[in-house]
Order: sequence, then C-alpha cells, then structure tokens
Amino acid sequence: MQHFSDLYWRLDSTTSTNQKVAALKDYFGSVPAQDAACALSVLCGAKQVRAVSTRLLREWAAEAAELPLWLVEESYAHVGDLAETLALILPEQLTNISGTTADHSSLSLSHFMQETVIDLKGKPDIYKRHVVEETWRRLKPRERIVWHKLVTGGCRVGVSRTLVARALAELSDLEPTTLAERMMAATIETAEDFQSLISAQPTSVDGLRPFPFFLASPISGEVHELGSVTEWQAEWKWDGMRAQIVRRSAGISIWSRGEERMNDAFPEIVDAAESLPNGTVLDGELLASLPNNLLPFSMLSRRASRKRVGKKILTEIPSVFVAYDLLEVHGKDIRSEPLAFRRNELLTIVPSAFQRRPAPAGGAVKPKHSDKNINNRLFHSPLVPGGTWDELGCARQNARQRGVEGLMLKRTTSSYAHGRQRGDWWKWKVEPLEIDAVLHYAQAGHGRRAGLHTDYTLGVWDGDQLVTIAKAYSGLTDEELIEIDKIIRSTTIERHGPVRIVKPTLVFQLAFENVSKSTRHKSGIAVRFPRIARWRRDKSPHEAATLSDLKALLAQTTGEQTA
Amino acid sequence: MSDLLEINPNGLYCPAGDFYIDPWRQVSHAVITHAHADHARPGSERYLCASSGKHVLRTRMGNNATIDTVKYGEHFSIHGVDVSLHPAGHLLGSSQVRVSHRGVTWVVTGDYKLQHDSTCECFESIPCDVFVTESTFGLPVYRWPAPATVANEINTWWRANADAGRTSVLLSYALGKAQRVASLLDPSIGPIFGHGAVMKLVEAYRASGVRLPPIDRIPPRSRKIGGGRGIVIAPPSAAATNWINRFGETSIAMVSGWMLLRGVRRRRGFPKGFILSDHVDYPDLMQAVKASGAQRVLVTHGFTDIVARLLTEKGLRAEILPTRFVGEERPDDSAVDEDLEDGPQR
Repeated sequence: MQHFSDLYWRLDSTTSTNQKVAALKDYFGSVPAQDAACALSVLCGAKQVRAVSTRLLREWAAEAAELPLWLVEESYAHVGDLAETLALILPEQLTNISGTTADHSSLSLSHFMQETVIDLKGKPDIYKRHVVEETWRRLKPRERIVWHKLVTGGCRVGVSRTLVARALAELSDLEPTTLAERMMAATIETAEDFQSLISAQPTSVDGLRPFPFFLASPISGEVHELGSVTEWQAEWKWDGMRAQIVRRSAGISIWSRGEERMNDAFPEIVDAAESLPNGTVLDGELLASLPNNLLPFSMLSRRASRKRVGKKILTEIPSVFVAYDLLEVHGKDIRSEPLAFRRNELLTIVPSAFQRRPAPAGGAVKPKHSDKNINNRLFHSPLVPGGTWDELGCARQNARQRGVEGLMLKRTTSSYAHGRQRGDWWKWKVEPLEIDAVLHYAQAGHGRRAGLHTDYTLGVWDGDQLVTIAKAYSGLTDEELIEIDKIIRSTTIERHGPVRIVKPTLVFQLAFENVSKSTRHKSGIAVRFPRIARWRRDKSPHEAATLSDLKALLAQTTGEQTA
Repeated sequence: MSDLLEINPNGLYCPAGDFYIDPWRQVSHAVITHAHADHARPGSERYLCASSGKHVLRTRMGNNATIDTVKYGEHFSIHGVDVSLHPAGHLLGSSQVRVSHRGVTWVVTGDYKLQHDSTCECFESIPCDVFVTESTFGLPVYRWPAPATVANEINTWWRANADAGRTSVLLSYALGKAQRVASLLDPSIGPIFGHGAVMKLVEAYRASGVRLPPIDRIPPRSRKIGGGRGIVIAPPSAAATNWINRFGETSIAMVSGWMLLRGVRRRRGFPKGFILSDHVDYPDLMQAVKASGAQRVLVTHGFTDIVARLLTEKGLRAEILPTRFVGEERPDDSAVDEDLEDGPQR
C-alpha cells in the first residue's frame, strides 16, 4: 500500500510525461506481479467496488475527529476532495483499541485491497466500520487519502492508458502498441494475468482483442486548406457511442472506446454479429434507432450502462450498429491498407446503408413488437456526396435536422492509425446552438478548482421565474473564474450546504450541440453537451433567453414539440 | 448599554476612549495591531503600536507619520479607558489590544498564532469577557505541521537543489513570513539572498534586535548566484515576472498555510509548497478561545460564519464582526498583493 501511495503522489506532483513514465516504471519494476495487476486495474480506470458509501465514511470520520457532521461538510465544500478532507480532519494518531501494533510497511497492495476494500462488500456496517477504523490506524495521513479513494470506488489517477502502456513497454521490451492492445482485451486481475501481459509470447487474449481506436481531431482552420475535395470522403458524424465489433473464432465482443466490453448492454448487436464472417473487426457507432426513426443520444445512454437490458428497453430503445471502417477481414489485419480499399471491403461485408433520420413533428412511431430482423441491425455509414467543399458545407448545415453532429472528413489514402494523430481524420461539427442563460445556483468545484465556485446551474426565464436548463463547468479562464467566484460570494441569497442560491446578476452565453425533450428536467427540455461560450458582462439578466425561446429552438431544429 | 467597541464606517471604534483599532480610514488616533497593509493604513494623525514593532511600522508608514509606542503589558489610559498591548505572535511587534472599562474587558487579537517563532514575541493568553478573533484558517482541515519539521523539509529541499546546481527560490510574504523563513534556514548549505522588498524589512528586524542569519542583497545582473548553491527569498508577486528568470535554473517553492491543500497547490501551479503560516490553525484557534475564558466571541477575517456557528454550538455567544471588504477569504489572491501575508484578500 505504501508503494502504491507513493506512486500516486509521484504521479500527482508532476505534469511531465517523462517523469510520470519514470514513476510508473519504478513502481511496476519493483512490486510483485500480484500487486502490479491490482495497481494496473486502478490506473486503467477499471470499474471499482464502492465498498463503503461516502456518507458512512464521512460520518465515521466526523466521530473519530470529534467534529459535528455539518463542519465536515463545510470543510469538504472548501477542500473539494472528500478523500483529502477526511484525511485532513482525522487525528494523526488514533487510539488503538484492539491493541494490535500498527504495521503498514509490509502490506502488499493486493492483500490490502482484499482485506480493506473487496471483503467489505456486502458486509454489515458495523463490520465495515471496524475495518475502516482499524485501517485508519494502520495508515499515514497521505496514505489514508489514497485508501479513501479506493474504498469509495473513486480512485482516479492522472495518467492515460497510453502512458501506462509506454512504461510497461519500456520495462518488458515490447512495442507500446502490443501492450495497448493486450491491455484493452484482457482483464488483468491476477499475477498470471500481469505476467502474460508483459510476456514476450503471444497470449490467449489475442483472440478477442480489438484494435486501438483511431481518433479524429476537430478541424481547426478553413476546410479548403485540406486540399482537393476528391482526396477526401465525407460521412455523417453520428451522435452515438463509438464501438468496435470483433467477430473471431474465439467469439464476439463489442468494445467501447473506454475499452469496456458492452455485450451485455447490446445483446441484439451480438446476435446480429453472428452473421459476420469469422475474422472480422468493424469500427463504427452504436445508435438508438427505431425501424423508421433515429432516436436521440439521451435514449441510447439510458441503456449503455446496464448490465442487463430487459424486454421493455429492447422494444423501446432498440439499437443498431453503423460501421464506417473495416480493420480486419478474413482474419487479416488491413489497417495499413488505404481507406478506399477498406471501404470497398466493408461494403461487401455490410451492404446496407444507414439512412434513418429523426422522427418528424408528432414524435417517433413506436413499433408494436421488438424488431427481430437482424438484417436491420448492422449497416454501413453512407458517404455524403459533394463535389466541392461548398456543397459539403451545405450538407453540414443540415446536420442537426438529420440528428447528426456534423461531418467526418477522412483522407481516402489514409491508413487506420492509433490514438489521436492529426492530419487524416477530421471532425467538422456543425456550429453549436447558443442562448444567453442566467446563473441561479453555484457550487464549489473539485480538484484544481477546489474552493472556487465553478459549478454553475443556469436557467432561463419562465415568466419571472428561472427554470434550470443546464449545468455547465467549462469554458471560462482562471481569471474569470476567480472574478465570478467573488461575485457569487457577494450575491449569495441562501446557502444549502455547499450550494449557493445567488441573486440573478450573471449572464453567460451557453453553447450546446442540440436540444431535446426531457421528462427529467422541470423545464421539459434537455440540452446536449452544454458549455459556457463566454461571460456576457454586457447583458443584464432580464435580457437572457426565455423558456419559449428554447421551445422554439427545439421545434426549429428537430420538429419536436413539448407539451 | 452600548458596547465598549463597535464598528462604524471608519472601522473598529472605542466610543468611551475615542480611538480606533486598525482603522480602515484616516482617523485621529489609531492603535495598530501589526504593520500588514490590511491592518495599518497610512494617513491617520497618530499611531500607537508596541515598541518592538516601531521600526517595522515606520518602514511601512514613512518618516512623516507620528508613531507612539508602548511596551507590552504596560497599562495606560485613553480618556479613562484602560488600554494595554500584549504579544500576538503574528510577526515582530504584533499586538493584541486589551481594552478595559467599567469592569468589562475586550481583547482584540488582530492576526495571531500560538506556534513558536524566534523572530517575534510569543502569544500570551489574556483573560477577557469579549474575545475578538480572526478565522483565516478556521476549518478543522487546517492543522499545521510542527515548524521544526517544516524547517527540516525546506533545508532538505534546498540542499538537494544546491547539490544539483539549481538556485532555490522561496516565495513568501515580505513582512513577517520572509524573516521567519530566513530564521529557519541552515546557512551552512549556501548563501541566502533577499529580494529588495524583503531586505527593507530584514533591516527593520535587525534594527529591532532580531537575530537572523546573514542575508545579502541580490547582486545586479547575477546568474547562478552563490554558484547555484544559493537560496532567494522573494515575495510571491515576483514569481510572475521576468525577474525570476535571471537566476538560470531554479526550483521554486511557495511558503504558505494554503499549501496544505492539494487543489490549491495544483491551481497555483507551484511545483513545491511548504506549509507554514503566521495565523492560528483550527486547534490553536479553539484553544485560544477557551484560554481567554470569554463568554462572548466576535469572529472576523475568514471562515466567520462557520466558526461563529461552531462556538455557538459550544455554548458561547458568538457573532460575526464585519470586515471592510465584501466577500470572503480565498486562497487565490495571495500573489496579487505581497503585503497580504498568507494570502487572503480582505
């Protein structure tokens, strides 16, 4: 545990990738494989167990520190990190009731995780509390911070998988890409898993492993600067979830970009993939779609996180897979072939083009029974025709009505690269929608923004009331955040724990990708990917948008109407 | 019956004695707790401070100011009000002001700390009926490490830099913190240098008889001062200027109580932070309140509402004493004004 805590703090104290890689190498080179496996799953953001709820943990810490709970909450609001707050308030030396001597240096991470995290799952609170208090006694304050994150299932470390792969590659003399691929495919839990990960021999996980995703960059300059339009192919930029379907003799696997297996959430796609020839890997997008109509992203996200999807979901939110690239055909890796070649091959394997659009005014037509025809599951993404950049520009203007985010531009001669390499794949998104909204609640931020009120809840006018339409965090400079924080503090009307209700004075230009109906928000409207475009110091709150402005926007862009 | 001390537009006022404590505006009689800019403002007719703080206050107020002094613990009368000054432990010559009249005693602490500091007199607990306390770090997350531990960390860091040929730069407030930090340095590691703003006050400290290790002015056009073994003490505002680039390869560290929080260290972008403050931390604040024996506590400067609520729950009569500046303490403004030691904008 001490080694892992040291690694955590070394990674935290630097922004240099070389130093991070060095810290990772030192760690993985010195700990037993069992611990390495354990650390790797935490570093790679594998789903963690929430062994103890944060509510219980803060109650127990408050008692141990002899502080009222409200004071712990106020401290948390100031610090912005619960694990750190609790470590800071706990007495350094806790009285040792059981009389066992504290010994933390010899604790291996894997044993420690087993004893103090995994074994707690499902145990009664009284047992958990005993282990928690015992563990506090065993750890130094900065180790407690790391453990608090582990035991509440929220340990995120500031390293990318790519960096971890690089460090392990340097340790094992393998190619970083080989490691990246293996890490993606395999679940690494045991010492053997870790040893085979860094072993020179090909491993069994090679059977279902996906390829590292190639990521597009937002286009920065003028599209004309990309050269002749004939060197490019244009596709719609679908608003779904990026995924790879791997169909090999070892089975079928659907991988998310976050490298999670999504077979359970999309069983109908797994069924449909049975029809693919052995040795096929497709790259594309999962979308929610009825046989006639494309459904908004918010519907898709409702099923994506599920372990099991029931009949109701399968009927109401059926999914499709729209493929836009073919990475492996008949067991052969064709990523280095030009895109034009891969696309021809793709069309022979997935012949039907996806042409669905969102429902026109009046709403989507719901099918009476679930759509069993697996031929209606797998499609390829059709090309968007355009002989000139201007024609493509016109097509892009229609993106929102089609329920897509804009255009993708891909160089026809490009190979399928790894990670975000600029130059061959560009996303050319439609300009965001914008309205002016008013700040009515604010909350202190976390991490780097701890202690500053940087989490904003924004509203628009419904008569003389503000109704919430979005929460937004990003888009302002540090200087603006500090200045706005000052205004928030001086215009606070009421405080509810960390949340402040403020007098409406601050107006922000809110940008977002799309609007849709929502039953979750009081306003009846949800905006997609809201962020602050700028602070409108020049506007007074009563000049901000109204709910009817937003409803008009909804009708205009999708044809939908709210009740 | 009105209070012995009250807030009016000029600041904290004693109607019976017709004087102010740390007034916000120009007045005729100002009793000064300490020379930081948010407590000692120029332009008043007469100032009164502890005798050991005279040189420091003079440096800040200029030669034309009229400064009267009094020894710690010496009682004197202002229009029949009994007044005395007692060490606050914040910086050299910092005082608590005890005001007593018709059987009621108030103590205004100004800024204070209970920790040991060889560059100033130690805080003395004065029994009173009404205790006025700051609350800059009045949350239980703030518990200071022992100064000796921090001194050790600083010297270890300096030695490692010196061995690597890197000049060390310690950012700390020019008045009080800089001199305290200097007193903790181990001069056997290398030469110590001070930024101009720091040196003026180092001289005032020396003139007052405080022992400090040798500190030199920075020679003009110097790179690698002290052959890369040197350490420079500079105000935080210097970090944002080109001035810092003249030393070639440096390692920069901030010395402040705010450095306790990871989020602040990251946001302020200082690669290294040392936790050292001239304000009370939470346990010391609670201890000082208890030791005063006061049944009524006025909380100012900092987490006022939280500390007041807590003391109320503990059965005391606690209220917030308003400060001149709107808003609350935040750990972000410290680089803006070098005079505000430990950062909060008030």
